Amino acid sequence: MSDTKRFLYVNRKAPHGTVYALESLEVVLIGAAFEQDVSLAFLDDGVFQLIKKQVTTGIGVKNFAPTYRALGDYDVKKVFVERESLEERGLSEDDLMAITHENDDEEDVSSVEIVDRARMAEIMAAQDVILSF
Amino acid sequence: MAVVVNEGPYTHQASDTAYQFTKAALEKGHEIYRVFFYHDGVNNATRLTVPPQDERNVQKNWSELAEKHGLDMVVCIAAAQRRGILDDSEAKRHGKGEGAANLAPGFRISGLGQLIEAGIQADRLVVFGD
Repeated sequence: MSDTKRFLYVNRKAPHGTVYALESLEVVLIGAAFEQDVSLAFLDDGVFQLIKKQVTTGIGVKNFAPTYRALGDYDVKKVFVERESLEERGLSEDDLMAITHENDDEEDVSSVEIVDRARMAEIMAAQDVILSF
Repeated sequence: MAVVVNEGPYTHQASDTAYQFTKAALEKGHEIYRVFFYHDGVNNATRLTVPPQDERNVQKNWSELAEKHGLDMVVCIAAAQRRGILDDSEAKRHGKGEGAANLAPGFRISGLGQLIEAGIQADRLVVFGD
């Protein structure tokens, strides 16, 4: 497989009420081995997936939130979060966990970019493959 | 084209719509590179469904379409194991006993890499789900 495509994983659902967020993350991690141009988008209730300090012991499900912080190790460096989705839910960038990757100078830089809805539409329009979960 | 089915049968229309889409595409002469079943979509692949006689049989529809057109229908192994969809070798490997396998004809169990590869190889990847 020589050709590289632009893959966008769109996360639209809250993390623990359904399995979509966890199984979406599994696709991203497996997909990383294929060396494609990968971006993640978080919008609608999907922004809740990135809330920091998640504790799931009370509901008896696996807390997979720490895995997002490992995305940089998988060479996933572009994480777009929709501003309007945050605001509609009373959230801001400060509520989100830090997701970083190493840049060419071996410095840890944030992978997260807060974008508005119009910009998100442009990002989507620029993709080859969109997987929406 | 490649098709992704993310919802199970009967609760949700996604599998029916994906089936109708795939069938129509094939009849129009398009090539379907793969149909990939993920999330609850893996439940479309159990041979144990017995819907009422006057209702459509979602699983059988897929199996028959696969047989007619040589469709490659892949069920995600991790999602399938969570939900109790097993082929012979997986049933044996997990000690589920003789005859426990329930994967319907025309489906095969494989990894998520098959989904990514379908996205790479196909001109279009069409996702059916919630």
